[in-house]
Amino acid sequence: MSARTRKPALASPGRPLRGRATPLGERLLERGLLGSGLLSVAITAGILSVLAVETIAFFREVPLAAFLFDTQWTPLFSEPHYGIWPLVAGTLLTSLIAMAVALPFGLLAAIYLSEFAPVRVRRTLKPALELLAGVPTIVYGYFALVFVTPLLQGIVPDLAGFNALGPGIVMGIMITPLICSLSEDALHAVPVGLREGAFALGSGRVPVIFRVVVPAAFSGIAAAVILAVSRAVGETMIVAIAAGQQPRLTFDPRVPVETMTAFIVQVSQGDVSTGTTEYRTLFVVGAALFLMTLGMNLVSQRLARRFRRHT
Amino acid sequence: MMPAQELAAGPARSAGRPVVPRLEVEPALVSPDQATCQVKIAAHRLSAWFGAQQVLRGVSLDMPRCQVTAIIGPSGCGKSTFIRCLNRMHELTPGARTEGVIALDDQVVNTRAVDPVLLRRRVGMVFQKPNPFPSMSIRENVLAGLRLTGSLRRGAGDELAERALRQAALWDEVKDRLDEPGLGLSGGQQQRLCIARALAVEPEVLLMDEPCSALDPIATARIEDLIHELRLRYTLVIVTHNMQQAARVSDRTAFFLLGELVELGPTERLFTSPSDPRTEDYITGKFG
Amino acid sequence: MKRRGRASERLFQGLCLAAALVPLVVLALLVGKLLVDGLGRLDWAFLTSFPSRKADEAGILPAVVGSLWLVGLSALFALPLGLGAAIYLEEYGRRGRLADLIEVNIANLAGVPSIIYGLLGLGLFVRALGLGRSLLAGALTMALLVLPVVVLSAREALRTVPATLREGAYALGSTRWQAIYRVVLPQALPGVLTGAILAISRAMGETAPLIVVGALTYVSFLPDGPGSAFTVLPIQIFNWVSRPQPEFLVNAAAGIVVLLVTLLALNGVAIALRNRMEKRRAG
Repeated sequence: MSARTRKPALASPGRPLRGRATPLGERLLERGLLGSGLLSVAITAGILSVLAVETIAFFREVPLAAFLFDTQWTPLFSEPHYGIWPLVAGTLLTSLIAMAVALPFGLLAAIYLSEFAPVRVRRTLKPALELLAGVPTIVYGYFALVFVTPLLQGIVPDLAGFNALGPGIVMGIMITPLICSLSEDALHAVPVGLREGAFALGSGRVPVIFRVVVPAAFSGIAAAVILAVSRAVGETMIVAIAAGQQPRLTFDPRVPVETMTAFIVQVSQGDVSTGTTEYRTLFVVGAALFLMTLGMNLVSQRLARRFRRHT
Repeated sequence: MMPAQELAAGPARSAGRPVVPRLEVEPALVSPDQATCQVKIAAHRLSAWFGAQQVLRGVSLDMPRCQVTAIIGPSGCGKSTFIRCLNRMHELTPGARTEGVIALDDQVVNTRAVDPVLLRRRVGMVFQKPNPFPSMSIRENVLAGLRLTGSLRRGAGDELAERALRQAALWDEVKDRLDEPGLGLSGGQQQRLCIARALAVEPEVLLMDEPCSALDPIATARIEDLIHELRLRYTLVIVTHNMQQAARVSDRTAFFLLGELVELGPTERLFTSPSDPRTEDYITGKFG
Repeated sequence: MKRRGRASERLFQGLCLAAALVPLVVLALLVGKLLVDGLGRLDWAFLTSFPSRKADEAGILPAVVGSLWLVGLSALFALPLGLGAAIYLEEYGRRGRLADLIEVNIANLAGVPSIIYGLLGLGLFVRALGLGRSLLAGALTMALLVLPVVVLSAREALRTVPATLREGAYALGSTRWQAIYRVVLPQALPGVLTGAILAISRAMGETAPLIVVGALTYVSFLPDGPGSAFTVLPIQIFNWVSRPQPEFLVNAAAGIVVLLVTLLALNGVAIALRNRMEKRRAG
């Protein structure tokens, strides 16, 4: 400890500690960033209000009972009917067909990627499947109309040119990567210890998968499935091109139907003036669609949260 | 043993008033061999929490100017937390808080009246694992502190970079490749680069949180040599879990245990004849 | 007994692998069918002509130009706003109630069907704000649509920046924004860029919201500004697909080939750019 004769590099008085170091520009910028964030809240508010305003105006002219209980949807006729069920039936029919395809394919593919695939295969296969999700839906619609439906017409008797089966199957292929990816994450998250415990008891691979791993990943897989249904319900172009424009309350996949989304597209293509009931039907159907998908998304998020908590 | 200093000013945390209270030292309590030495940075009754968990309990410690103060102790004793309080990095962690006083040159600095950003320009830090900025070259890394704060004068860059690199004993090794990425250096060189970067800002105090723990023995030796040179100009506070290192490089050593300052004194005395039995147990390797 | 178990296990594994490969096979069929149908139609005249009632004279020029305009304008709005929101969520508002609210909103908006954004655009931009069926209304609608995508991928990118780099910057006495701008963002740039490309690809392929917002399906002029009426490539394709004559289906296939090639090129550039950036970083 020699004598302190050398002065420190910079004398303290040169650099005061009081005051703020953040210049005004920066503080304004921070406010701006917060504003960008709040934009998302504004968007939600915008969606809710646009849908609500027109829906309320709609129900001033059309009784709610008619909307909920009429079985025909013919808003553009001279004698209009406003029962929502044909559109809902069309949506559900195509979505269920899609899930009938996507669920087995997606789940089995997820099982392959998670339980069987060597690392290199997984690394190429997984992104390859993601590619399917990047294809614009109009391409799938073209495919459904021009390839799948004619193909099916050779197999299924009385299959109309516009039907629910073709676009349903194509939608299923489109959302398979979604189920596959999310289910695979869920399966992967199941602790190795669980699997090892089952193997140690002398169980074969397949029983371990179905008796131990899949049940453990169940809420995660359920979340994925519900999210996929939500996606199918909200899908527009595939059904707009290939399913038809005839609202029909039916569960026959061979005939033309119209989904909620296809209806919105159909009306938007015409000339609809603001303030008319026809204009408002766009928003009423949109509101019904929004509520359905929102409900499903919330359930899916809840399930996903529960899954994360349990692993 | 360094006696406690009484705080003669107001409450530890001022509620946003611009007045900066002053810390007063009772001259009678200053021991003779420190008569000519001022305290550069000090903590008084400093406590710190992570959420509900208390990690520092009423630590009072002052670090004299142009000396090396080493802080030793077993894992979890709060030594890293302590120096992170000295430059107010501790408060960056969500849920972290402190009570007590931290003073730089007798000015209390952990009040709301003082912007921590300004404090950190006078109290620099070197981390355990070297963290040069990957998107920058060696020169850009050295000047990063000045550029980040917008205080780099035009044309002064090269000169400042050379000066800082020389101070960090790195100039000769990198002077021909200043434009190469900072990550291309060895671990020891990266750490000296981080030291150069900290020095370029011309701080008055340099805090080092286990600076050699990620380095090999040769690199460690070079940094210890560097510490010997740096103490002529800067006040250094070093956290280390390596007692031999503390014995080699420091003037004073503080022993922490479970968030408390157990013993403080000149290094030689602490290591050869510690007063507290806990210190003796730690030094002789009975635990930790 | 063991051998039988092994065989059925192999069978099951094969089944799962087949399940994973079927979508890819379908994709290959899709691409094959497209090329067979549309490649022949693809020529310079097709790319530079206007639509026409005669299938063999129709072209996609206004649609391509409209798409470029639309995507460019949307990116102009969506990228800075999305990046700003991501920066706020990751660097500033980590614990606040406000940040939670924003996060919940973004998560929900990502799951809203794209046609609903079309309705929002129709009600808000086209009618309430009086922008009419213009490029601007379409671009704003698309900007809102891709905003969650930008935010989510920018946040991912920001999260990959290690905390120790931020601490290094703060320890040098930098303010938050200085640390973000000079240290965090340059480090996160590859990921941010990827997110931007994802958003642009999405905007380019969307059809339904733009139909709702009023993009035209028959356009015989090029857009001349943000206030102009417009069409985009997917809608032109949709228009052709909806016609009964098979020659228009051929046009549609050719149009799809152009669209897919563009998207492929876009994503390819993005991946190449990102790889180059990461290579440079690793020194």
